[in-house]
Amino acid sequence: MRLTYPPNVKIVKVPCTGRVDIIHMLKAFENGADGVFVAGCLEGECHFLKGNLRAKKRVAQTKALLDECGIGGDRIAMYNLSSAQGQRFAEISREMTEKVRQLGPNPARKGRAKAA
Amino acid sequence: MIVANRKPFEEIVELVKAYKSILLLGCNECVTVCAAGGAKEVAVLASELRMHREKEGQPIEVKEHVLERNCDPEYVVSLAPIIGDAEAILSMACGCGIQFVGEHYRQMRVLPAVNTTFDGVAEEQGVWAERCLGCGNCILDKTLGVCPVTRCAKSLFNGPCGGSHGGKCEVSDETPCGWQLIVDRYKEMNMLDKYMEIQPLKNWSTSRDGGPRKRVREDLKL
Amino acid sequence: MSASNLEKVLKGGNFAVTSECGPPRGADAEVVSKKGSYLKGYVDGVNVTDNQTSVVRMSSIAAAVLLKQMGFDPIMQMVCRDRNRIALQSDLLGAAALGLDNVLCLSGDHQKFGDHPTAKNVFDIDSMQLIQTIKQLRDEGRFLGGEEVKGRPDMFIGCAENPFADPFEIRAMRLAKKAACGAQFVQTQCIFNVPKFEKWMEMVRDLGVHEKIYILAGVTPCKSIGMARYMQKSVPGMDVPEELITRLKGVPKENVAEEGIKICVETIEQMRAIKGVAGVHIMAIEWEQKVAGIVEAAKLYPRPAI
Repeated sequence: MRLTYPPNVKIVKVPCTGRVDIIHMLKAFENGADGVFVAGCLEGECHFLKGNLRAKKRVAQTKALLDECGIGGDRIAMYNLSSAQGQRFAEISREMTEKVRQLGPNPARKGRAKAA
Repeated sequence: MIVANRKPFEEIVELVKAYKSILLLGCNECVTVCAAGGAKEVAVLASELRMHREKEGQPIEVKEHVLERNCDPEYVVSLAPIIGDAEAILSMACGCGIQFVGEHYRQMRVLPAVNTTFDGVAEEQGVWAERCLGCGNCILDKTLGVCPVTRCAKSLFNGPCGGSHGGKCEVSDETPCGWQLIVDRYKEMNMLDKYMEIQPLKNWSTSRDGGPRKRVREDLKL
Repeated sequence: MSASNLEKVLKGGNFAVTSECGPPRGADAEVVSKKGSYLKGYVDGVNVTDNQTSVVRMSSIAAAVLLKQMGFDPIMQMVCRDRNRIALQSDLLGAAALGLDNVLCLSGDHQKFGDHPTAKNVFDIDSMQLIQTIKQLRDEGRFLGGEEVKGRPDMFIGCAENPFADPFEIRAMRLAKKAACGAQFVQTQCIFNVPKFEKWMEMVRDLGVHEKIYILAGVTPCKSIGMARYMQKSVPGMDVPEELITRLKGVPKENVAEEGIKICVETIEQMRAIKGVAGVHIMAIEWEQKVAGIVEAAKLYPRPAI
């Protein structure tokens, strides 16, 4: 299909979103990511039955943690799409990139605050 | 297990405000099982603290460590090289662990990152509830396994108060009435007449009211 | 027998009438005498609540003494929430020394409902153990610790029971237990659901408890539909049937209070017909001025002079 999506999106592959833990998402931000989105299978379509539903709860919890430590919960989101929806993936990547651009850089990126 | 609950983030931030380098200490026992202060919770809090302080322009070094037990000297003594040049220890262990580490490293401030809440059970995944107050004088035989001291909001010994309604405690609709649970047990076991036994005044001297408690087993002492 | 007027009235086979006086939220003795003045001559005894609903008020001992000075026979309420066995025994001796002759033993509402929800509660002993304690001081002349009491407190001992709270099946047994502990009279929670109360009385009679303890049926006049609704929805252990609210709604707004009183009088009449009910306890919450009219309408006036 040769779809294009923003080059700033780095993909971390996991066997199932059920593998994604809160600390993984936090680490992404601690290491400088400006935004994170978790792309899981459609609800009800998980090969492991509940992996994407667990991920949904963990993303919600991570949102709350990011809010309390001042990074902002808006920088993280969960999307559900099937592996056949390449178009949708590109669309989400653009959508998320645009949203994060509006939010500005990750305020906790190392050395950033000092420099500012 | 001992059940604890992490303190609000702002309170923790305030506790470590003066430090640039801390050791964030967890415990592999109760607080791990109740998901308040095990390796996972230590990693999450450490990450949050680093990001928060980075954002504030006051970076903090947070070393993470989890002791097998914070309430046993053989593990606590192993902490010396790990503390290194940390200025303070922020502990996610229960109140016992926080104190015990402090007793061993008297030059260190050991700060609590959790509120130690109760002795309880995991009623289901992610839900913990109180079961024992440690009164030192168990009467669970009399009440068929439901503790009136702990599970009745008023620790009544001779039956429910007038506020028991639909199986709930007057204190909260979320809380089962301890005496309803006891009466249910009496009925299940066909022992409702046992309710008529009058429970005498409790001797609270075995409880915290007798002062801090201690237990010694001479045969185990070295 | 104690010097209690209430005890004499009950032992004389009279249908007793008691009411209630909640002490003020301040040090003003006038408030007590004003509330008392509404009840004078219409009751055999008057309850003085002990920081009810866990809201701080003038102590029940002090307010009871003020009422005693007015010629009342006060029933001092004592809750186990705020005092341990040392303070309870001490206050009981003090109350007796000040001439109080009746005590009503209660566990006490949880402090969560009051104006000091962050307080530590005591609950060293429960209401049944308090009954036993007072009986021991009075009849055996021994403190809980075993030492001799020099000058025994001669008290008429009361308790409360809520026939409408759960679990219902043990509510009559619970009264039997209190009687076995030494309670001599009981005042019940406000009765709005008469059939349920009758059912409870039947269970009480089956256990023969009505012969061991004087049962005073609690009644409350509803001032308004809002009050009835509040009690129905928000007061744990209160049973206000929907029919009562419907009946109040059925009269013009200006007649609701009057209808509430009428229902209360009818309830008293129903209570008099129930075997084993020895009297009524009228709880006119912040409406003490209506008690006299209720007593008269129920043909319970004048009160026996003993």
